[in-house]
Amino acid sequence: MTEEPQKTLSPEARKALMEREIPPAVMEVERGHVRRFAEAIGDDNPRWADATPPTFLRAILSELPSAPELDAFPQMLDGGSDWEYGDPVRVGDTITAVTQFARVNQRNIEVGPAVFLQLETRYTNQHGAWVATQKNTLIRY
Amino acid sequence: MPDTPIWEDVEVGQELPAVVKNPSTRQLVKYAGTSGDYYEVHYDKDFAVEIGLPGIIVHGALKNAYLAQVVTGWMGPDGMLRKLSVRYRGTDVPYDTLTCSGRVTKKYEQDGAHLVDCALTLENGQGEQTTTGTATVQLPSRGA
Repeated sequence: MTEEPQKTLSPEARKALMEREIPPAVMEVERGHVRRFAEAIGDDNPRWADATPPTFLRAILSELPSAPELDAFPQMLDGGSDWEYGDPVRVGDTITAVTQFARVNQRNIEVGPAVFLQLETRYTNQHGAWVATQKNTLIRY
Repeated sequence: MPDTPIWEDVEVGQELPAVVKNPSTRQLVKYAGTSGDYYEVHYDKDFAVEIGLPGIIVHGALKNAYLAQVVTGWMGPDGMLRKLSVRYRGTDVPYDTLTCSGRVTKKYEQDGAHLVDCALTLENGQGEQTTTGTATVQLPSRGA
């Protein structure tokens, strides 16, 4: 049995991730989508007839940004999110999500080497007003 | 839906009404479809076991939504959620009973806004806190 080489994220790969230009994601907030989202989270608050549940913005960025540097770390765990909110998001709004890798650090976890990523996404509406920021910690291993 | 609490009436230590969830695999598929999170660990048991999980697991972001619901349900139509943080400390499996709770930890004014901080927890059927969090809510004031 040959020993697998210890996987690492090189300083160059880390730098490339931190400098990655990620194309903005743009989505119109549709009434039917919001209704289905509220059903999927089991939340019948009448407020969601017109506004969006706080975590609805997750649906804008459905695909994670391409990061071939992390191919050696194929599995993923979601570590958590920090949200801040500004103007409410309403049905009919067009939301733009701009994301960047705010932090990239290699650390060892129980199952071996892992990369802790913090994806920071800033959401604005069609008037250019800030509606939310999400800092999402992801663990690739 | 309850009315929005007035900031002056809120007391530190007060419990928010708990939200109890029992997500089925069907619910996870609905969440996958509507959120666009198609990671196989949330619907493909063979895949989940292959990578060392006990089986299908609940989306972290769905637990985030459950804890948000504790706060948005309590704060009524005129409350404004300003901050929400969650940390996933353990995985959860479908058909378990997930009890989501909140408690007021602080009341304060900042830049003219009347704010309340809450601590949030999600407990599985064994009483383990698999997700914790905090929230900041802006409430109307009698003085404002």
